[in-house]
Amino acid sequence: MNTGNLIKVAINALKRNKMRSFLTMLGIIIGVASVITMLAIGQGSKKSIQDQIASMGSNMLFVMPGNMRMGGVQQGSSSSQRLTVKDVAAIRAECDAVVAVSPEVRSSGQAVYGNANWPTTIYGGNEQYLEIRSWGVVSGRNITDSEADGSAKVCLVGRTVADELFGEGIDPTGETIRFKNIPFRIIGVLEEKGQNSFGQDQDDVMIAPYTTVQKRILAQTHIQSIQMSAGSAEESDLAEAQVEEVLRRTHRLRENEDNDFEIRSQEELATTMTSVTEILTILLGAIAGISLLVGGIGIMNIMYVSVTERTREIGLRMSIGGRSVDILLQFLIESILLSVFGGLIGIVIGFAASAVVEAFTSWPISVMWSSVILAFVVCTVIGVFFGWYPARRASELDPIDALRFE
Amino acid sequence: MKTIIDITALKKDYHVGEVTVHALRGVDLKIREGEFVAIMGASGSGKSTMLNIIGCLDRPTEGIYLLDGVNVAGMSKNERAAIRNLKIGFVFQSYNLLSRTSALENVELPLMYNPNVGSRERREKAMAALEAVGLADRMDHMPNQLSGGQQQRVAIARSLVNDPVVILADEATGNLDTRTSYEIMSLFQELNTKGKTIVFVTHESDIARCMTRSVVFRDGHIIREEEVKSRLIAAEMLQALPVEEE
Repeated sequence: MNTGNLIKVAINALKRNKMRSFLTMLGIIIGVASVITMLAIGQGSKKSIQDQIASMGSNMLFVMPGNMRMGGVQQGSSSSQRLTVKDVAAIRAECDAVVAVSPEVRSSGQAVYGNANWPTTIYGGNEQYLEIRSWGVVSGRNITDSEADGSAKVCLVGRTVADELFGEGIDPTGETIRFKNIPFRIIGVLEEKGQNSFGQDQDDVMIAPYTTVQKRILAQTHIQSIQMSAGSAEESDLAEAQVEEVLRRTHRLRENEDNDFEIRSQEELATTMTSVTEILTILLGAIAGISLLVGGIGIMNIMYVSVTERTREIGLRMSIGGRSVDILLQFLIESILLSVFGGLIGIVIGFAASAVVEAFTSWPISVMWSSVILAFVVCTVIGVFFGWYPARRASELDPIDALRFE
Repeated sequence: MKTIIDITALKKDYHVGEVTVHALRGVDLKIREGEFVAIMGASGSGKSTMLNIIGCLDRPTEGIYLLDGVNVAGMSKNERAAIRNLKIGFVFQSYNLLSRTSALENVELPLMYNPNVGSRERREKAMAALEAVGLADRMDHMPNQLSGGQQQRVAIARSLVNDPVVILADEATGNLDTRTSYEIMSLFQELNTKGKTIVFVTHESDIARCMTRSVVFRDGHIIREEEVKSRLIAAEMLQALPVEEE
């Protein structure tokens, strides 16, 4: 029998049992739709994290104090006071791969204006701090290095802080607010960044000269971290090596001593954070894949039932001239049609489900074409694989026995 | 007259576990073109085995079987499938029509397995075959919309559609009442008159007397072979039946 006739015969056979064919396909439909949706969600959350990290700054590197020993006792990194402004100066002077560097100090406290107050975090930096964090100022101006030198009581506020203290959308530039009882004149408002991937409001901040935060609020000489920008993404590794060399020297570490600081780059952070979503994607995809497998077993099951039920038909087809290979192909094509049709419907539903998830979560969900092609190929393979044994059994029937089958 | 079926010293053994069953123990049979042969015998006599071998569904253990001049005894499975497709038409006791498939499509089925027949020719031949059995107005009916007699007519049309050299009927009237049996026999006689060679397995003697020759099997041998004297005409028998009250 030629292929056209075989396909026609297979479609007719499936049409004879519409409900059964549909239910069998449903397994594949659900499997494919969930594979596509899960992979799209995984991809979407990965992309959203990457976007967030990119919005943190450009080619950013940062140094945090590391563990250190004091008389043989390992101290927690938060107790470390090893990073100082001198380290910042040394990096600025010696590391040519670093184009911008700023110290960072921070303190949490209550910001007060009139009878309004709001808990927030104040970050201290220098003139380059905003550039490193790729943060713009929408009204007013940035802090200057001379203000940093003079510990000026000026600050920039994030949109959330401005909204909470002054009211929705009001420009508070020029007003004076108090933070931990120290008055700060607002010299500008930061551009809105929205939530980061952990749901943290990035606009709930104040930024002031680091000297002001260090001396007037925290009363300390060390700094909490050093923020830097490498000239380009390619220079990131070079910058990291240069910074390490400089800091080991300024910290007077001997050859056999471990670093008492840690250098992290944005790429590393991105890798760490996306690795979690990658694991999740694999997990979700695997579960969806299992449902696809179960769908395939459903096809195999129904094909076995079908072969048994249609034993006399098989006998008849053989007696009027159907060869074994004709019978094999007839049943194989039926199972391939089931899985491929199911797959196509599943792809459509997968797209729709991804769009629904996107609408509800506002993640940038993107259906990957590779997952669509993968799902389609897997469906065809499932059709052949799970259809093969029932079809084989049909083709090996003896026409005399098959005709007599009750 | 040309010999359609020429069987010489045919034997068929089955192995059931350790026991060997001799279903046919050396059979010689010649059927010429235009004959209408009844094969009779009790169950276990070997008549079904004979029919399976004549129909190329089974192969003999020993012996020569020439079908239309070709030795089919040693043919492979696929070769036999092709022979069945081109030279043999089957009519079964239980019709064996595909359910939820129209009469026309059922009749087209054998031609679907013939790569040399296109879809238009297939349709035309199937329509002609249905007309020949008097079902021109039932072509689009599904088997469950047809009576037993009509279903058997569809099956006969299906056996005719590839213009076979021999039609093999296995108890083709076994499921039918007397009136319908005579109608079907009348159709077979009509086809035979037009030159079709028919081999018909039956155990009803009145049905066998509608044919031209009867061959009786017992224990794997042909024990009697005779021309039918005073042959019955099914159409006359049909008229002789009492008229049914409607």
